Amino acid sequence: MGFEQIVFYIFSAILVFAAGMVISVRNPVFAALFLVLAFFTSAVIWILLEAEFLALTLVLVYVGAVMVLFLFVVMMLDINLAVLKRGFRRYLPVGFVVAFIMIVQLVLIVGPEQFGLDKVESPTPRAADYSNTEELGRVLYTVYVYPFEIASVILLVAIIAAIALTLRKRKHPRFMSPEQQIKVRREDRLRIVKMKSETKL
Amino acid sequence: MLEFIEQSLAWLPDGVVALVIIILKILAIIAPLMAAVAYLTLAERKIIGYMQVRIGPNRVGPWGLLQPVADGVKLMLKEIILPSSANRFLFILGPILTFAPALAAWSVMPFSDELVLADVNAGLLYILAITSMGVYGVIIAGWASNSKYAFLGALRSAAQIVSYEIAMGFAIVGVLLAGGSLNIGDIVNAQQGSLVHWFWLPLLPLFLVYFISGVAETNRSPFDVAEGESEIVAGFHVEYSAISFSIFYLAEYANMILIAMLAVLMFLGGWLSPFQGIPFLEDWFAWIPGIVWLLGKTAVFCFLYLWFRATFPRYRYDQIMRLGWKVFIPITIVWLMVVGGAVVAQLGPWFD
Repeated sequence: MGFEQIVFYIFSAILVFAAGMVISVRNPVFAALFLVLAFFTSAVIWILLEAEFLALTLVLVYVGAVMVLFLFVVMMLDINLAVLKRGFRRYLPVGFVVAFIMIVQLVLIVGPEQFGLDKVESPTPRAADYSNTEELGRVLYTVYVYPFEIASVILLVAIIAAIALTLRKRKHPRFMSPEQQIKVRREDRLRIVKMKSETKL
Repeated sequence: MLEFIEQSLAWLPDGVVALVIIILKILAIIAPLMAAVAYLTLAERKIIGYMQVRIGPNRVGPWGLLQPVADGVKLMLKEIILPSSANRFLFILGPILTFAPALAAWSVMPFSDELVLADVNAGLLYILAITSMGVYGVIIAGWASNSKYAFLGALRSAAQIVSYEIAMGFAIVGVLLAGGSLNIGDIVNAQQGSLVHWFWLPLLPLFLVYFISGVAETNRSPFDVAEGESEIVAGFHVEYSAISFSIFYLAEYANMILIAMLAVLMFLGGWLSPFQGIPFLEDWFAWIPGIVWLLGKTAVFCFLYLWFRATFPRYRYDQIMRLGWKVFIPITIVWLMVVGGAVVAQLGPWFD
C-alpha cells in the first residue's frame, strides 16, 4: 500500500465518521463542527486528486465563510433539544430503510461494473508545473462562459431576494451616519459659559 | 548543509530521510518565527512606552532584553484553569485551532528566490484558505468558555474577520491579476525592475485596503473590538489562563508578521533591492542578500502595527462594519476593473 493510499484511507475514514456524527450528534453546535471537519477532510481528498484549486476554494468558501455563519446562527439560537429529539425512535426504522435503499442505489450506479479500471482508465498524473487554476479559469471563461454567468446571475437574484424578504423597516431607526458625525464642529456642540467665581459670604 | 544531513542519513530508507529533512526545514522556519514573536511583544511594549514617554520594561536582563523569556516561563509555569461549566474538549481545542493555521500558513512563504519550504502553484490561495480557518479557534473558544463576555467577544471578532476577509481577498485578486500567477515567488519576480516597478504604485488602493484589512483581520488596534477591555473585559479569551492564554497571543503575533510579510511580498517587491535600476547605488548595495531586504521591509510593517496601536482610538463596532462593507469592498471592486483594463492594455512599465 503506497503513501497516497494510506492518506486516502485515513482521511476517508475521518470523513465518513464526521459525516455520520453530523446527523447523529445531539448538540447542534457539535453537528456544525463535524460538518466543518467533513468539509476539511474532503478538501484533503480533493488535493490527493490533484484538484488543488477546488480543494482550496472549498476550504476558503465553505469552511472559512459559510460554516462560520452557520455556527453563528446555531450558537445564538436557543434550541430546545427535547423537541428536536422527539420521535427519533419512531422514525428510526424508516430512516434505516431509506438509507439502505440509497446505499444500494449508489453501489449499483458507481460500482465497479460502470466505473471499474477497465471502463474508465485512471488519469495520468500531470507534471509538477501544471496549473490546475489556470486550466479551470480558461475553460470557465471560454467554453462555459454562458452557464457560468447565468449561474452567477441566479445567485445574485437569490441574494437580493433573501435581503428583500428579511428586510424590515424600523419605526425609529438608530442609524447614525458617520458622514454627518464627522461634519460636527465645535461651535455646534460646545458652549463655554464664563461666570464669576463665587465669593464666600 | 542539506547534503551533509542527507549523506549522514543515507542508511535510512528514502522516505524517512525526506521526512527528517522536511521536519528540519519546518523547524528552521518556526524557531526563528517564535523568537520573532517573542521579541515583537517586547518591541511593542518598548515602542509604545517611548511613544507615551515611558521607559517600558527594563528590569529583566540588559535593557529588558530578557523580558519575553521571563514572560514565557511565567506563563508556562502557571496553572491552566478549566472553568467548571465549560465544555472541556472544545475549551482546549480553541487555542489549538487558532495556533495551527497561524503556523501552517508559513509553509508556502518564500524567503528568497530558492528559500521556500513548499513552492506550490496556488500558494496565495492556500494562505487565504488556511488563515480563514483561524476564526474557528476564536468562535470555539468563546462558545466553549460558557461565559457571556467571551461569547460576545467571539461573535464580534468572527463577524469582523469574515467581513474583512472579503476585502482582503479582492485585494489579493488584484495582485494575482497584476502578477499573473498565484505563486508568491512568481509575483515577486514580476515586480523586477526598480522601486516604481513594484506593485504598490499600480495597486495603491489595493495595497492600503490590504494592509488595513490585515490589521482588522488580526484583531489589532484600532479594530480590536473583540477584546474591548472597557465593555467585554478581554473578549473571547477571558476565561483562559497560563499557556492556553498565551497561545492566542502567539497566534496573533505570528499572524501579524505573516500579514506584514505578505504585504511586502505582494506590493513592495519582497526580497528585491530598493536600489535596483539606480546607476551606482545598485552596485554598492548588491552584496546584501535578498532575505535582509525582505525582513527589513517586514519589520517596517510590524512597526506600523505598533504605531497604529499607540496612535488611534478604537473604532466603534458599526463603523468597523461600515468601513469593511461600504468603503473597502467597493474600492477594491472598482480598482480590480482598473487593473484588469491595464493588464489588457499592457500598460507599462508594470504590465508589459
